[in-house]
Amino acid sequence: MGLEAWMPEGALTTRVEELVNWGRANSLWPMPFGVACCAIEMMATLSSRYDLARFGAEAIRFSPRQSDLMIVSGRISLKMMPVLGKIWEQMPEPKWCISMGACASCGGVFDNYAIIQGVDRFIPVDVYIPGCPPRPEGLIDAVIKIQELVEKERLAQHL
Amino acid sequence: MSLEDDAIEALKARFPEAFQGTGEHAGAKWAYVKREFVVPALTMLKNELACEMLMDLTAVDYLGKETPERFCIVYQLFSLSKNQYFRLKAWVPENDPQIDSIWSLWKAAPWAEREVWDLYGITFRGNPDLRRIMLPFDYNGHPLRKDYPLIGRGERQNFPRYVK
Amino acid sequence: MPLQRAVRTPMEIEEQTDGDLGSKRMIVNFGPQHPATHGTLRAIIELDGEMVTNMDLEIGYLHSGFEKISEYRTYNQTVTVSDRMNYLSPLCNNVGLSCAVEKMMGIEVTPRCAAIRIIMYELSRIADHIISVGLQAMDLGAFSVMLWSFIEREKLYDIFEAVTGARLTTSYTRVGGLMRDVPPDFEEMVRTFMETGIRTTREMENMLNENEIFRGRTIGVNKISKEDAIEFGLTGPLLRSCGVAYDVRKAHPYLGYDKLDFKLITEEGGDVWARYRVRVGELYESFKIVDQVLRNMPSGPVNIGDPEVVIPRKNDSNYPQGGMEGLIYHFKNYMYGHGIHPQPGEVYMATEAPNGELGYYLVSDGSAKPWRWRVRPPSLYNYQAFPVMCRGGSISDVVSGLSSLNIIAGELDQ
Repeated sequence: MGLEAWMPEGALTTRVEELVNWGRANSLWPMPFGVACCAIEMMATLSSRYDLARFGAEAIRFSPRQSDLMIVSGRISLKMMPVLGKIWEQMPEPKWCISMGACASCGGVFDNYAIIQGVDRFIPVDVYIPGCPPRPEGLIDAVIKIQELVEKERLAQHL
Repeated sequence: MSLEDDAIEALKARFPEAFQGTGEHAGAKWAYVKREFVVPALTMLKNELACEMLMDLTAVDYLGKETPERFCIVYQLFSLSKNQYFRLKAWVPENDPQIDSIWSLWKAAPWAEREVWDLYGITFRGNPDLRRIMLPFDYNGHPLRKDYPLIGRGERQNFPRYVK
Repeated sequence: MPLQRAVRTPMEIEEQTDGDLGSKRMIVNFGPQHPATHGTLRAIIELDGEMVTNMDLEIGYLHSGFEKISEYRTYNQTVTVSDRMNYLSPLCNNVGLSCAVEKMMGIEVTPRCAAIRIIMYELSRIADHIISVGLQAMDLGAFSVMLWSFIEREKLYDIFEAVTGARLTTSYTRVGGLMRDVPPDFEEMVRTFMETGIRTTREMENMLNENEIFRGRTIGVNKISKEDAIEFGLTGPLLRSCGVAYDVRKAHPYLGYDKLDFKLITEEGGDVWARYRVRVGELYESFKIVDQVLRNMPSGPVNIGDPEVVIPRKNDSNYPQGGMEGLIYHFKNYMYGHGIHPQPGEVYMATEAPNGELGYYLVSDGSAKPWRWRVRPPSLYNYQAFPVMCRGGSISDVVSGLSSLNIIAGELDQ
């Protein structure tokens, strides 16, 4: 005899999941891995006209230990890839990754010896944004898609 | 007389055995010297002809063309007082890619020489710090040479895969 | 194979001693991922307490192989590559590249094309300098100044998008002309922007000029002497802040800059404050230049009439519509192996980018693709002088100085 007897089967677990997912989705703290031209568009998205703070992404932490969304913006070269991997490992779970722009998604204009042909070869990416550079509306759309992804997650996924 | 004519005359007079000819295109003239005489020639240009600034130091790879040697080092000099440019070039052979370093003349030279070493493989004798600058330190090969493939030799795939 | 080195760089000391030098000497790694580095720069600083004794720099984190790619593209296609180098002012790179190829081929552009190129060049310079001042202020704590400068940049993006079609990667110029003419309301857009732009610049100056914190952190910080500046090959605002009056627009004018009336801003001091004053002064001069050119804007065609270089328009009266001649040029200019063929030779074209002297060194072998495409990056030579500027200062001066150099990593690493 307890509270569960008065509740429908399994209702309590689902609501905690929803609560946790709602909290995570609406307070995504991005870690901008700004590298090249896409970083300028990302800075423009974080500025006054296309304000990313309305989506809860107010606290831009350049420290990986305090963030949960990594936005890889720009072309990743041979020297930068180990740095990217290290920063990705330093981020605590749960974490998501947006690959912003053509260069981070697939190498972009640079099909040569120096640029990694897509960051998703080495780190798991959740949302890709095409464009060179993508418009700020594109980045906002990607953040909304990440929010939708987060809201559908199961609690046991990150245990 | 313009700086270019003055410089060519002075080089011909001072280093007759090292002077290897001139070239002209698009309104500019340049001179070729033998690579052993690069440091004395540039010292003369800097101290006596007032070429105070080294604007650029780079190399060109003429693989497959009919040129005296394969590589050519290009020194782009600028004179602030006379407000004119001058270009000096030196041929470097393929089987012995070395040339004297000019780091003692201009403080702008070390990084430019490191870049040429990194991308072309031309050694600069006397540069105290000749390591790679643009590519990772353990990279093999010199990408800007004409016989190096554009997509590289697999270095861009050689990284560990991180899982969430 | 690396040679014998005369000095141990801090990076080697760090590797060999594991960073532990005993007492208060230590080695600190600054970058490449850091909120205060503008781009992917790394500095390994040897500190004695808070004072910097030595510094080693590592670059190359954004090396994209621009020079190699350009050897596989035609002269008109490399304009897209040049956009991505200095991504704060891409139009400056585009204009410089087209001017270099035109100098090599001996082509003179039409007056209207030159006027539009000058306007877009100066608008890019405004975009670059205003962001540079804004980021410099943000690094020292004045966050609102950065937001104001980004608003002005957004207004400039609106103009660039209306004219070229893209906000950032414009690729606007072509050899012999431009991609297309400006829209009819161009002058109105630019004049509206100029009013608010000048007002915002004055507000930023009011905020920063008499501010004790800003002055305390910039005056006397990161000084470099005039002789050192010339030895290191510094150009642009860094050279002019040491008192050397050298600007490529006045010394070797291109595109008609010699007919315009603008001042050369120089300052004495060679420190961060002098560089800030030079950049703000240049902002006002750029507004003046844009105003002059707009008042005397010539009319006429934007592209030169030579069909071998620029394809004729479909309604060009010299090649009546439906005629074979005009149509042939539409194919010939873009077919593989055909197109613009400069004579074999080389050229060095210097332009005054916001960061310094952006020089293009092109070598042509007579084919449609450049044999060697080299850009002289002003940021490389500016950054090389940074350890000399920082020696003897404190570590917080490193942050202040780095933002005043305005290093763009895309241009630095090529």
